[in-house]
Amino acid sequence: MTHHAILETHEAHGETTLIAAPEKIVDLCRYLKSDEKFLRLSGITAVDWHPAEPRFEVVYHLHSIERNQRVRIKCRLGSDRAEIESVYSVWRAADWYEREVFDMFGVGFRNHPNLVRILMPVDWEGHPLRKDYPVHGYKYSYPNE
Amino acid sequence: MSKRPLDTDPVATLSAPAVEPANPSAPRLMTLNMGPQHPSTHGVLRIMLELEGETIRKALPDIGFLHTGIEKQCEVNTWQQAVTLTDRVDYLSNLSNNLVYALAVEKLLQLEIPARAQWTRVLLAELTRINSHLVWLGTHALDIGAMTMFFYCFREREDILRLFEMVSGQRMMTSYIRPGGLALEPPRGWDKAVGKFIKAFPSKVDQYEALLDANPIWKRRTQGVGFISLEDMLDLGVTGPMIRGAGLKWDIRKSEPYSSYEKFTFEIPTRKENDVYARYQVRLAEMRESAKIVVQALEGMPGGAWQADAPHVVLPDREKMKTQMEALIYHFKIVTEGYRVPAGEVYQAIESPRGEIAYYIVSDGTSKPYRVHMRTPSFGNLQALPVLLKDTLIADSIAALGSMDFVLGDTDR
Repeated sequence: MTHHAILETHEAHGETTLIAAPEKIVDLCRYLKSDEKFLRLSGITAVDWHPAEPRFEVVYHLHSIERNQRVRIKCRLGSDRAEIESVYSVWRAADWYEREVFDMFGVGFRNHPNLVRILMPVDWEGHPLRKDYPVHGYKYSYPNE
Repeated sequence: MSKRPLDTDPVATLSAPAVEPANPSAPRLMTLNMGPQHPSTHGVLRIMLELEGETIRKALPDIGFLHTGIEKQCEVNTWQQAVTLTDRVDYLSNLSNNLVYALAVEKLLQLEIPARAQWTRVLLAELTRINSHLVWLGTHALDIGAMTMFFYCFREREDILRLFEMVSGQRMMTSYIRPGGLALEPPRGWDKAVGKFIKAFPSKVDQYEALLDANPIWKRRTQGVGFISLEDMLDLGVTGPMIRGAGLKWDIRKSEPYSSYEKFTFEIPTRKENDVYARYQVRLAEMRESAKIVVQALEGMPGGAWQADAPHVVLPDREKMKTQMEALIYHFKIVTEGYRVPAGEVYQAIESPRGEIAYYIVSDGTSKPYRVHMRTPSFGNLQALPVLLKDTLIADSIAALGSMDFVLGDTDR
């Protein structure tokens, strides 16, 4: 199963990175949690490579206390379909991390229990950590700036 | 003019269903808004509570009031300028944030840090831990009604802030630990001042324990309160003293040593009880262990350089800058353009006073970070709040909240 889910692996600075197929992410995570003892999800974040394609990288950091080991999983998503399956069913910790990625990057998570903005106000427009989002905001900036 | 019926409670009518429930004995829930300016939430945290009488049936935290876009700001500043932003993430443990950022950038730069800088970093990180735990103990005791503790803790905290001011010129926003080493050489007499403070400190912890350990009010308010199972905590991303209060012996200083922590002997305090009192005991024991590490760092402090031998990263000495041309060129390059960091990505985790703090840094080879993600312990811990507060009394919620020791600046970034 994992052979199909993992596209590439990298080693750098003593850290392991797996590039995974986005449609297999839940299966891969469930396998790593149950069979490989990665009981902790340290965090989920994203990187925006605008204007390159595939534009988004969703980055999962897994940690195993038992094995004293960390692993990073990356899924590449194009801007036309920036959406991935939620891993909330594997770790409940994914709830807020996925909401944050949704809020800051506009990446969707299918089957997330409550995918709403978490840091910005609910009626905010745009996703601040995208590279095409200006540092001073496009709507709320001062006119003479 | 119609008269309002006396039995209509305006708050209760808000949450009551429009039609009568089919089962008349179904509980009548009341929605209560706590915060965002409630003093015991230690910052701007808003919690929506659904109450049945005095019991919390559901708690929904609402965060983001202190979001300042620090991660976005990092992307438009140079690697060096971003250090000052890391101070402002967790404003009670600034040096821990400086340290994790510096370690991550140094990993990308593949810099060798001299022993003296590493040991000074350990010393400062432990003073930061004591400082942060003191603020926690003082304010947590104040929430529960033990006001004296607040003054006692802030008395010692003032001493620590004075030590920070001696090395960095700042009490809180230190920016003292930087990629490449330390910002300045510790001034003469600083080690003596640290030694004087740390020698007296264990007796101060005895004072706190004398005030609280056997205090019947403190015990009644904290023992058996705020239980959350270890499985839930691991699944929800909780780290730090919360998890050690449930008996799990996990500390990143031991499991993944950084900045030469492997050279120090110390214990990881754990408790089995998994309540507010256990977390209080863990933090007090951690203060004692930190004091031991500080003493070891002072006694074994190596001599030599306090910055890496990397002129393209570390700002040159002022004297050299004014007398040597190379130093002047490096200074000009670092200040105007900033140093370049090789492309790559790192994930560096350390044990902050609140738990696992990890920075995920991506570089594209330029003089500005491409992406800085801060995995902060407060964000991870706060996620467990709905589970922690479920089916507790509203009066106990204050003690349970306080035992998490979150900082909202750390949560919202």
